[in-house]
Amino acid sequence: MKKYFENLIDAIQNFLIELGEISYFAGRFFKEFLVPPYELQEFLRHCFYIGYRSLFLVGTTGFIIGLVFTLQSRPTLEEFGAASWIPSMVSVSIVREIGPIITALICAGKIGSGIGAELGSMRVTEQIDAMEVSGTNPFKYLVITRILATTLMLPLLVIFGDFLAIYGSYLVESMKENVSFQLYFNQVFSILKFSDIVPATIKTFFFGFAIGLIGCYKGYYCKKGTVGVGKAANAAVVYTSMLLFVIDFIAVFVTNIFYDV
Amino acid sequence: MEKTEVIIKIEKLHKQFGTNVVLNGFDLELREGENLVVMGKSGSGKSVMIKCIIGLEDYQGGSIKVTNKEISELDRKELDELRTDIGFLFQGSALYDSMSVRENLEFPLRRHPKKIGKLTDTTPLVLEALESVGLAHAIDLMPNELSGGMKRRIALARTLILKPTIILYDEPTTGLDPITSKEIILLMQSIQKKYNTSSIIITHDVDCAKAIANRMILLIDGLNYAEGTFEALQAATDPKIKAFFK
Repeated sequence: MKKYFENLIDAIQNFLIELGEISYFAGRFFKEFLVPPYELQEFLRHCFYIGYRSLFLVGTTGFIIGLVFTLQSRPTLEEFGAASWIPSMVSVSIVREIGPIITALICAGKIGSGIGAELGSMRVTEQIDAMEVSGTNPFKYLVITRILATTLMLPLLVIFGDFLAIYGSYLVESMKENVSFQLYFNQVFSILKFSDIVPATIKTFFFGFAIGLIGCYKGYYCKKGTVGVGKAANAAVVYTSMLLFVIDFIAVFVTNIFYDV
Repeated sequence: MEKTEVIIKIEKLHKQFGTNVVLNGFDLELREGENLVVMGKSGSGKSVMIKCIIGLEDYQGGSIKVTNKEISELDRKELDELRTDIGFLFQGSALYDSMSVRENLEFPLRRHPKKIGKLTDTTPLVLEALESVGLAHAIDLMPNELSGGMKRRIALARTLILKPTIILYDEPTTGLDPITSKEIILLMQSIQKKYNTSSIIITHDVDCAKAIANRMILLIDGLNYAEGTFEALQAATDPKIKAFFK
């Protein structure tokens, strides 16, 4: 029993130390990202890799979620004679919650683990040190560009995923009820309010920041050779996924304070 | 060798990781145009010592002066400026694997435009560096298409591209077959003649040390245990020194 208690204390201690290190890492990001030189070319390259190269995955997932969500909820809503509420229900749930969190989780898996593995591998093969000795600030070149790219690209990916999810829902509705595209989307936009779209979009910036930050942190401080690279990639996904739910909870809590939703 | 100006001076260097003391009062002087070989057992702190010189590792005590500038007192900008004068060859070559050979060599050039003046096309400089290591034909290859020896030579070309006056070699022949090792040693000698560089070479390889050293330091227990020419150290009777030449 004593041993379990000691292990628990150790785990809490390690968690707090890591939390402090991540906070310091984030602080370094804010301290350095506005200071020249700016790595614009590298930033744009990452925007392309993170944004454009994730479109297919995010789009396909969003589209299927829209299809499945509508197919699953339709029978229940029909029982209550509320099938006409499907566009409203789907759009509000997709835009407010499902779209942002599912897209962020997919990106944590694809982008976060990729960043963790790439930077981890650069660390263990001394490529980061080589960059440093060539007179380049690797934190600016590798970390800031990636965090900025994930922060700016995730909202765009979420908007794209949301649109395809709603479009998927429309396809089901048009097959079952022969609803026109215009009618369906008129209903979608008539129900969506400012308070649905803006807070949901703002939180996606935080999601993107968290994905970039944790991926970079885990990779940048990777240790223990190739085993460490695997661990860095894995930990990037696990930590980011947990953090996404925490951010989501805080975002919903804050939104509830400011808007009567 | 005639006495020339001291360009790297280390005094009473102390470095520890947690409670593990790696360097404990280490001294070193590198003179202009000199090839100084540092030998020591694995984990004796040789690589840590050269990483302290270039500012990759902090140290807890002592002093490191490169061209009379105290490393620990330099800010980021000054350190980056100084680093353009120091080449560093990593043990594992450390080529950027997402970049081609050309991009690997262009990388330091693009970061330091002052070094290349008004040149808009960096290809001639890249080719010159690659020709000096005999690999001009590999310019458009990716690092994963190169053998271990080729990687080491490309890394050497990348080290040379900013025309440094000091080169730090971290185990330049480790992991290479004897023939490739010999090629690397010959390359290091020709570079020293061509560019008149001063070098610190960290190595376990006695053949490499014999071929290239003007002077040697044996790093034992965190200190410069013995110092002298290769021949003088080889002839020493101290068992700790003899162990290196068996």
